[in-house]
Amino acid sequence: MSITTSTPETGPEAPVLRLDQVRKSYGGNEVLKGISFDIRPHETVALLGPSGSGKSTLMKCINLLERVNDGQIWLGDTDITDPRVDRDRCRSRIGVVFQQFNLFPHMNVLKNVTLGAIKVHGVPKDQARERALELLDRIGMRQKANAYPDQLSGGQQQRVAIVRSLMTDPELLLLDEITSALDPMLVGEVLEMVSELTDKGTTILMATHEMGFAHHAADRIVLLLNGVIAENGSPRQVMDESENPRTKEFFSHFRSL
Amino acid sequence: MSSTAQVHISDVQREREQYDRRQNLQSVATSIVSTLVLAFLVALGLHYAPGWPKVKESFFSGKYFAQAFPKVLQGLWLNLQVLFFAVIGVAILGTLLAMIRTSRSPFLFPLRALAQIYTTIMRGIPMIVVLYLIGFGIPGLAIFGRIPVALLGTVAVILSYSAYVAEVLRAGFEDVSPSQRASARSLGLTSGQTLRIVVIPQALRKVAPALMNDFISMQKDVGLISVLGAVDAVRAAQILVATSYNFTPYVVASVLFIATSVPFILLNDWYSNRLRKREQSGGMV
Repeated sequence: MSITTSTPETGPEAPVLRLDQVRKSYGGNEVLKGISFDIRPHETVALLGPSGSGKSTLMKCINLLERVNDGQIWLGDTDITDPRVDRDRCRSRIGVVFQQFNLFPHMNVLKNVTLGAIKVHGVPKDQARERALELLDRIGMRQKANAYPDQLSGGQQQRVAIVRSLMTDPELLLLDEITSALDPMLVGEVLEMVSELTDKGTTILMATHEMGFAHHAADRIVLLLNGVIAENGSPRQVMDESENPRTKEFFSHFRSL
Repeated sequence: MSSTAQVHISDVQREREQYDRRQNLQSVATSIVSTLVLAFLVALGLHYAPGWPKVKESFFSGKYFAQAFPKVLQGLWLNLQVLFFAVIGVAILGTLLAMIRTSRSPFLFPLRALAQIYTTIMRGIPMIVVLYLIGFGIPGLAIFGRIPVALLGTVAVILSYSAYVAEVLRAGFEDVSPSQRASARSLGLTSGQTLRIVVIPQALRKVAPALMNDFISMQKDVGLISVLGAVDAVRAAQILVATSYNFTPYVVASVLFIATSVPFILLNDWYSNRLRKREQSGGMV
């Protein structure tokens, strides 16, 4: 066993994700300066902060696309920062949706959606197919199952990407600024889908610049400023009632909109 | 161009279309005239060249052409066989080299260095030297007993062309956006699965025209196995030339090589065009 500085809680209310003093630097530049917070089951946490505050880096560390320089990240009762852990397996337990959709351009929608289930989780092909069609049907895209990504609008691609990440019932869903690359007309359909997921109790961590959406859809806001957590509380506490001048300064940029 | 619905066309647009038509006619006329002039000058030059009748007889003799054709065609069959196995070999070895070159694992460092040395050296050596080295060097070792020269030639072609193909593939692998890898790894795919399912198929699409080009060039270079004594199309022609002192059999071989490569050249042009059209659907400049 690895030497643990903190032991995970167990039980039904044990956090799905737990960050403990996570640090990450690129060269001499420290991007994350000791980040700690939890995400409880069925919670939707919005990660806010200006560009360069470390949101994306934090997302990459959680998804093991980057290695932390210090601290621990627990997914359930697995310390995923332990070098002895099976990283591919950990990644398969987390669903990720990216800003640029990142669908595979050489595969049609159905193949995109079923790939992970078939190749990673060993779900039989026709079973995966059936489930994919059912999920696509729910977002009204069943008839696009054989279309290729470049034949879809950005909003449709992003919704397919969300379906892809949901196929294997991940313990945690990471949404990394998923509406930032969409034109304003298409943001609504994607956010609506996220709302449905939060209502259904999916555990979500989303980095976003959609302040209005974060306010009404998130259970909790984590505000990241310069690589440290400036706020961690309910949307009201953080966005409306905080007395911290730096927090007020950050949200003041969105007031006028 | 022509509006079948007969919607209203403004005078300005009508004038523009007339201008475009005039310009088109003018450029067609210019190209016809320039082609005719060039053809005329070449014909004139040849006609007045004092040695033309002799050259014509020794390179383009109808009699020798008909005589050489069946034998050279028989030789071509060997070329096609060599080509077939060489393509398979190059595909395997080239992909392997490209995978090693783009790997990042520290365990593979020695292999990575070897692969780089290999591709550097192999692309520098003239093909014919590789053929001599393999074709006469390997039997010289006297380990394997008698090896057919066609097989040795095939091996030489594979070794030489794998280096070129590996570099093309490597460029293709590196051209696939890192976000595609991130996306695949996020699904839980291993690095091997990511390479096989996500990176290689996309890379192949990007470098297909360059690969086709290497293939066409390889098709012609399999003719070099004749230097080892294998009786391919070129060797068959050479034998006939040696007995008749007429060079027409070489022309026969060339015509046959061109004929086999034309379908692939057309295929390559078609595919490159299609890719370009798809990628440039934004504009025509």
